[in-house]
Amino acid sequence: MNHQLRQIFQSGRFLVGFVIFLSIVLTVLIYPLIIPDKPLQIVSRGTFLPPGIYASIYDSMNTVNRYTLILDDAASKRIASKLNAEDRVAMQEWLVGAGVATADLDINDTAQLLETWDANFDPAVRLPGMTNADRNYYIRLDAKLDGLLATEDAIIAAMNPTTSTLEQADAITQLDYVNIGEVSNVRILLLGTDNFGRDVLTELVSATGVSLGIGFVAGIVATAIGLVLGLFSGYIGGWVDDIIVFITNLFTVIPSFVLLILISFSIGQEQRGAITVAVVIGFTSWVWTARAVRAQVISLRNRDHVNLSKLSGHSTVHILVTDILPYIASYVVMALILQISSGILAEAGLSILGLGPRTTEVPTLGLMMNWGMIYQAHILGKWWAYFPVIMTIALISFSMNLMNTGLDQVFNPTLRD
Amino acid sequence: MKEYRSYFLKKLGWFVVTLIAAFILNFTLPRLMPGDPVSAIVARMAQGMSNASGVQAVYEQYTELFGTNKPITTQFFIYIQNVFRGDFGFSISQYPRTVADVISASVLWTIALQFPAILVGWILGNALGALAAYLKGGFDRILLPFSIFMSNIPAFGMSVILLVVFAVNLGWFPTSGGYGHDLIPNASPEFVWSVIVHYQLPFWSIVLITIGGQAIGMRSMAIYELNADYVKYARFLGIKDAKIIQYVFRNAMLPQITGLALSIGTMVGGALVAEIIFSYPGLGTTILSAVLGGDYPLISAATLIVTVMVLVAFFILEIVYGLIDPRIRVAQSE
Repeated sequence: MNHQLRQIFQSGRFLVGFVIFLSIVLTVLIYPLIIPDKPLQIVSRGTFLPPGIYASIYDSMNTVNRYTLILDDAASKRIASKLNAEDRVAMQEWLVGAGVATADLDINDTAQLLETWDANFDPAVRLPGMTNADRNYYIRLDAKLDGLLATEDAIIAAMNPTTSTLEQADAITQLDYVNIGEVSNVRILLLGTDNFGRDVLTELVSATGVSLGIGFVAGIVATAIGLVLGLFSGYIGGWVDDIIVFITNLFTVIPSFVLLILISFSIGQEQRGAITVAVVIGFTSWVWTARAVRAQVISLRNRDHVNLSKLSGHSTVHILVTDILPYIASYVVMALILQISSGILAEAGLSILGLGPRTTEVPTLGLMMNWGMIYQAHILGKWWAYFPVIMTIALISFSMNLMNTGLDQVFNPTLRD
Repeated sequence: MKEYRSYFLKKLGWFVVTLIAAFILNFTLPRLMPGDPVSAIVARMAQGMSNASGVQAVYEQYTELFGTNKPITTQFFIYIQNVFRGDFGFSISQYPRTVADVISASVLWTIALQFPAILVGWILGNALGALAAYLKGGFDRILLPFSIFMSNIPAFGMSVILLVVFAVNLGWFPTSGGYGHDLIPNASPEFVWSVIVHYQLPFWSIVLITIGGQAIGMRSMAIYELNADYVKYARFLGIKDAKIIQYVFRNAMLPQITGLALSIGTMVGGALVAEIIFSYPGLGTTILSAVLGGDYPLISAATLIVTVMVLVAFFILEIVYGLIDPRIRVAQSE
């Protein structure tokens, strides 16, 4: 046993798969300890906030320490964030179209460009061939440019309750900085928020945990059913074998995906919790294990030690457990690994069809995918809402397949390269 | 040929048995659903109706129409009768369209998409796998991890990635549908071109998923065969490599055909979900809308059609297998 374990961990493929899988599991376990938020808590108004660090504007203004940094490129960065290259070309087009400027206007000279613009832009003017959308774009652009080159301070004013007038409370110069570590409210959203305004990373970690659980339960159920049927069918033979083989063959041909749809639909939305879905997946995917276990038991049942055990009067169950099971244990473990990963995939497929677990309690990888698709994250270019989910599913299934092939090489010497 | 006939008849008998079992499962499972689907449609029809007896009359009319007021065994025999007449009743979610109408509008799209895609993926995958086993070295070292990773990307994931890269970012292909939404199906070159353009992304995403798994399977089969005694013996006899490869390829191919037969159900399942991502007007999208509309006649019929398609594909593969593998004929004559 020890020798085999050592061999398993010397197999490169198994090791890579195991490390990936272990790091996924560890993340699922440790992450909630560090960030104990509820996974389905809505943290933002508006949908699909892009990934980044969110600092409270209110708190940054009120931070005690204010630092002065003198950076050369601060002004140009400030301008670039409001006036990009496309906007400059568009402004030039407008000016040329309106007949104020010539095509050789230097659009990189911000001061000159703005000056010409301010002097000539009139929102009422319609250039030939300009659509309404274009016109609105220019009006928005004009509003954005207001005060772009200003060097005055920004004034913070507070209402005086007695006189009802605004009084200057503070002024922020362009050289003022806060240390983001001193701002009291900073939220890091590494993967942004989803369509409901929930933190995608927290949701993803929780969903990975739930999906692993679903895969595990489905795998255990499928392996248990397949193992019991395979053992009895292969060992007892006769009419028991005939019936089990008939049923197994039937469910080999009838696609399990169809059964899964029919059963999940029949259960109904209300009764469909994560565990129910897992058990249903297990009940529709035992066929492969049953077939393979039966084949192996048939090759084992006439071995000498089994016959000896029979002669000693041991019961069938005793023989199956002590004399046959140890020989097929390695195979059963490998089958279990594959069942777990296909269970996770089956849940995801079902959820996309709208037949996943009911949506109020826990997220699953399939449900996150489903939400992303329904709210068209892929069309809108909100990659953080669906791409990490796909990669997580692929990584889980990849790591399990690697572990499986690694085990295969250890237990089936003929497969070693 | 006599042996082959008995093999054929045996497979045909098995085909009929599985078909009957599929019928029974398809009928019973959706009808076990708690709640009354008719009341859902009546609720939608009766919006804005204040007259209670009017609502009651509508309810009774629909119960009669869908036959949900009769005992379940009677419903079953009516169902069987109707299925053989090609009559699946009315769709609940798309009433007054009949189920047969909805299904026949989508089934051709699915067949035309999935079977060529799975076949092309299978052929490409096998060719790559055999090549990897034969060439070994760098090609194998790149192809194997790549195939393993590819085969682990779920079907819908591959579809989404292709969709985002080629339709949204590059804008080479349309994002959804089976043809341009401004066109009416006809035989004009414009329509045919639109169908071809819409076909590409769903097709290639199914092909790509299929390739990975098949390449891995073929590679290990071919490695196994290349190390077999008959290959060594043939080498000692001085038979040319090209000739040996032929034998090896043929022998490695046989389990791959069985493998395709056994996994075709799973592949079709994955491809149905891929259809949904592209809103392709096939059975996958139909099943989705049926699920959302709580439409059990439609679900039952759609899954029945999918099952029959898979059973037919399975049957054809077994027949082909019997023709190719001489051992089948020997086994039957014993």
